[in-house]
Amino acid sequence: MNISFSLRKKKVNRSFFGNFSMFAFLAIVGAFMALPLVYAINAAFKPLDEIFIFPPTLFVRNPTLINFIDLASLLGNSWVPFTRYIFNTVFITGMGVVGHVLLASAAAFPLAKYHFPGKKIMFTIVVLALMFAPQVTAIPNYMIMSRLGMVDTYWAVIVPAFAFPLGLYLMKQFMEQIPDALIEASRIDGASDYRIFWQVVMPNVKPAWMTLIILLFQLLWGTDGNGFIYSEELKTLHFATNQIIQGGIARAGVGAAVALILMSVPITLFVFSQSRIIETMATSGMKD
Amino acid sequence: MSEVAIKDITPGKAEMGKTRRPQSWWSLKKEAMKANKHAYVMLAPYMLLFGLFTVLPVVMSVLISFTYFNMLEFPRFIGWQNYSRLFLEDDIFLIAVKNTLLFAAITGPLSYVACFVFAWIINDLRPKLRAFMTLVFYAPSISGNIYFIWQMIFSGDRYGIANGFLIRWGILLEPIQWLKTEIYILAIIILVQLWLSLGTGFLAFIAGLQTVDKTLYEAGAVDGIKNRWQELWYITLPSMKPQLMFGAVIQLTTSFAVADVSIYLAGFPSVNYAAETIVTHLMDFGTIRFEMGFASAIATVLFTLMVGTNLIVQRMLRKVGG
Repeated sequence: MNISFSLRKKKVNRSFFGNFSMFAFLAIVGAFMALPLVYAINAAFKPLDEIFIFPPTLFVRNPTLINFIDLASLLGNSWVPFTRYIFNTVFITGMGVVGHVLLASAAAFPLAKYHFPGKKIMFTIVVLALMFAPQVTAIPNYMIMSRLGMVDTYWAVIVPAFAFPLGLYLMKQFMEQIPDALIEASRIDGASDYRIFWQVVMPNVKPAWMTLIILLFQLLWGTDGNGFIYSEELKTLHFATNQIIQGGIARAGVGAAVALILMSVPITLFVFSQSRIIETMATSGMKD
Repeated sequence: MSEVAIKDITPGKAEMGKTRRPQSWWSLKKEAMKANKHAYVMLAPYMLLFGLFTVLPVVMSVLISFTYFNMLEFPRFIGWQNYSRLFLEDDIFLIAVKNTLLFAAITGPLSYVACFVFAWIINDLRPKLRAFMTLVFYAPSISGNIYFIWQMIFSGDRYGIANGFLIRWGILLEPIQWLKTEIYILAIIILVQLWLSLGTGFLAFIAGLQTVDKTLYEAGAVDGIKNRWQELWYITLPSMKPQLMFGAVIQLTTSFAVADVSIYLAGFPSVNYAAETIVTHLMDFGTIRFEMGFASAIATVLFTLMVGTNLIVQRMLRKVGG
């Protein structure tokens, strides 16, 4: 009964024609969104003669793994082993994600749940930081990095990612909806503020962790080192493969193979965490 | 008791004072700070890094913009010279500003509306389909900077997908050098930028739509709301104001920072600077010519432009729906 009831409710104020044209529109634009990804996936499995066929095709006819083999051998020619580039990307992303989730949560908790002098100004500055892109600060950042001796190390990419403002903002908004009573009760039970953070609040904001993780993934997984990394053995997968793709037209298949590898990880991650991310985003609004 | 209170308001005693008495503003603050020591401890690591890599660079950028600085000699104060040179002598900067504003004026509002419209249509779907369509629209923005795929699509020979299909359908006779022709470059960058733009803002809207109180729609139907458009205007949009404001910040900020796509697709520098943006101009002076003072002036202009526009838009959105 419940189901039929809710189905009927959905139909309120919805005309058939309206529905039809809306969803047709959605389907067309959806196809446009998906097309490049579908093309990349197919091209990754195309043999060279199929990539350069006229008229071009979207879907692969004789799938092959030759592009992946070529990729491995191309990267094998470089004096740094292929796995090193993968390690670099995974290390930068992993460290950045863990550090950011910990630091941003620790900072978000007091901002969300305590009243203390300076709270308002700190949060205002974080919100202001959402309003400009990181490119603005690239030059002074380089000077600071070189002063700290972090140029050409992983840390030049990892450490600034710890203090990514969007993550703190979303975490703080999400933490605000944790009932004060829960925190109050633990305090009466004698838990210290640090303990409340670690054992009461953190387990309750798991959806927000997932959101921060995916945002940091977006930031770090495809990074080329932001101009800070130039030692061959420290370069990321994205950086190294770009050098290959620049090699010319015959590398198109290899490029598609790289694209497939690069995109599959964050997309898979999102598939499994979608509902939790949406839950976090529900609290993302800006109140004044 | 109050007698005692009036006599001493030394901060030292005020700190321990559990007794209610008039205190100076500062001693009150101090007391609050002491009581919340743990809050500062928890904030410290993040705020230290945030200050170091976000706040300090903005301040430095503003200061350096008033100097001549080449990374070798000590910066020399030159007043407004960088700015006057930027606006009066640097023709390419004006092209960059024009392109940036064009990108921002098109991709900003368009991507914002697109984020909302698609989130809104998707919200009407059944949950499984909704999750799938969310993935389809969101996937480009998280797929790890793979916009070089577009380079293959718009490749200038007949094997590029765009040329290939257009020739096969008889619309074109000759392949077009898409990324080498000024008039197409801007359009293609805008297209790719839009493709990439359904990101965090889009998710915020999807989430916001799901939190709108369902009973409001029923009440609205009773009160005479006739179609989906009225429903959207009178119920959905006002209920989502906080998410709408958040989404605006995210979309606007990215729309001003177009650079990576431009560099990848159009090259750096692009043909006749057709795809030069403020950010690529900044990179030119900052990372190639090492004119740090001048580059910082560019960065400061960009910063002002981004934050200023955001604050104005926030003010406007606050008024929507009363």
